[in-house]
Amino acid sequence: MNVPTDLKYTESHEWVKLGKNNETATIGLTDFAQEELTDIVYLDLPKVGDEIEAGTECAVVESVKAASDIYAPLSGKVTEVNQAVLEDPAIVNEDAFGKGWLFKIKLADPAELEELLSDSDYEEILSEKESRDEDEDEEK
Amino acid sequence: MDYIPNADADLSVMLREIGVASFDDLVAAIPASLRQFKMELPVAMSEPELQRELGAMAARSKPLDALTSFLGAGAYEHFIPSAIDHLVSRGELYTAYTPYQAEASQGTLQLLYEYQSLICRLTGMDISNASLYDGGSAVGESAYLALNAQPRRSRIVVSSALHPEYRQILKTYTAGMEVEIVELPVRDGVTDLDALASAVNENTAAVLLQSPNFFGCIELMQRAGELVKPKGAWFVAVVNPLSLGALRPPGEYGADLAVGEGQPLGIPVGYGGPYVGFLTSSKQLVHKISGRIVGRSVDTEGRDAFCLTLQAREQHIRREKATSNICTNQSLMALRVGIFLSLLGKRGMREISELNLRRSHQAAEAISRVPGFALKFPRAPFFNEFVVTCPVSAQALCDRLEGEGILAGLPLGQFYAGMERELLVCVTETKSTADIERLSEALGRAARREV
Repeated sequence: MNVPTDLKYTESHEWVKLGKNNETATIGLTDFAQEELTDIVYLDLPKVGDEIEAGTECAVVESVKAASDIYAPLSGKVTEVNQAVLEDPAIVNEDAFGKGWLFKIKLADPAELEELLSDSDYEEILSEKESRDEDEDEEK
Repeated sequence: MDYIPNADADLSVMLREIGVASFDDLVAAIPASLRQFKMELPVAMSEPELQRELGAMAARSKPLDALTSFLGAGAYEHFIPSAIDHLVSRGELYTAYTPYQAEASQGTLQLLYEYQSLICRLTGMDISNASLYDGGSAVGESAYLALNAQPRRSRIVVSSALHPEYRQILKTYTAGMEVEIVELPVRDGVTDLDALASAVNENTAAVLLQSPNFFGCIELMQRAGELVKPKGAWFVAVVNPLSLGALRPPGEYGADLAVGEGQPLGIPVGYGGPYVGFLTSSKQLVHKISGRIVGRSVDTEGRDAFCLTLQAREQHIRREKATSNICTNQSLMALRVGIFLSLLGKRGMREISELNLRRSHQAAEAISRVPGFALKFPRAPFFNEFVVTCPVSAQALCDRLEGEGILAGLPLGQFYAGMERELLVCVTETKSTADIERLSEALGRAARREV
């Protein structure tokens, strides 16, 4: 599974790329999330100027199979929204960590960065999840 | 004998597990008077006896075609092309329910798709769902959606000229939700727009206006919408679809949702059902609206194919986050609507709409000339219904006219305090000049007797 090392992560499968001096952040969905969701057909993203709060729902992603909430990894004010993915949500499937970014925020509380997962933490979660899924498959 | 397949042994295990001594203990919270309900049925009849009994019961009700009816108020008598009954009673259509193995029923899906397309053309809206139960539930859904889609907003503003039963349904729908329902007063037959302007705030999820409203009057929808939009609330238009052949459709005055009762389009008045509700929206709200939506696509070989689409809105996928619990539709009645609209076409809809306008205005003039009778709202334009102020109790007049085989209309006192002399009269294209003369003469005669 693709987990870039220069990003931070959440347990709910969002990624965070920090800007200069950790003042801003770009937020997206991980490759794992897009693969689980399958073909993404619709995104409901926050608007520029919206205040979002860490750990709360701030966006919705819909695929042909599921609808899922996106949780804000950090608190802050939305400064930019990726118009390209709103028009063509499949970009998230094609390039979750690159062109498929969702929105950018200006951080309200840099202390929250402590709560985020490193790439290795996140990778561990994924591999635990994978072995759990395998166990479940065996039980069936 | 009942049909709950629990043996006594099963029951005692379950009761022990729950921790009660008996079934009566389990349901002790239900008042004893309700628990002791007994059905006292007569002995069974033979089939010929039963047929006679039912025939006698049926003869006690008066079929509409044996009366001359000016009753509207949400259920309207219109011409129904006989092709509709013939087509919908075909076996492959009559049994059609909302499709569960949706894509296996391409014919059913296509019919619903055609229904949606026709409703969109009629309302001028971008999206239609595959129908709801009736106009009242469509109104309830519209408010429910607006509240669920905008969790920070908890006020619903409605006109007191919205059908009183729709307002009741709205309260039922929103019971248990954090909601404040504000009712706007009526001035000269239409909603007071100054009151609207002050009632709409940043906490308002939706504003519901009906046009033609319950009094038959046409609201200033464009201006109302302009008052609602800047506050970010949804503007919901509740419309009579048959009026849209003559009146501006909601899509042209910027309604976010347009909903209503589809009965006027090819469905008999019946006993108040089965009817069909329509719910349409602007494109921006397609991910929020309730109900099934049929989409047109292509199959693996590139042929036209129909499918249920945008299902991520619905509760079987979105679960508790869904804006609505609706997961069905009203296929057979939607089919009647679809056939009605296809048979009439654009020109036919315009003609039938204009005929309603003409006939009702002819009747309003005729009744106004009867001594003691006057239009209640002479300044407000109306479609096929209008309110008449009578010299005596409207209910008393209706009772007298019923004896002559005329349903004169709806006495408004039962819904609006202080309107005991007001009568809501509906005149559709089904009424001839002779019918109208008969009504005004009968009203005059009955009023003289009452005085």
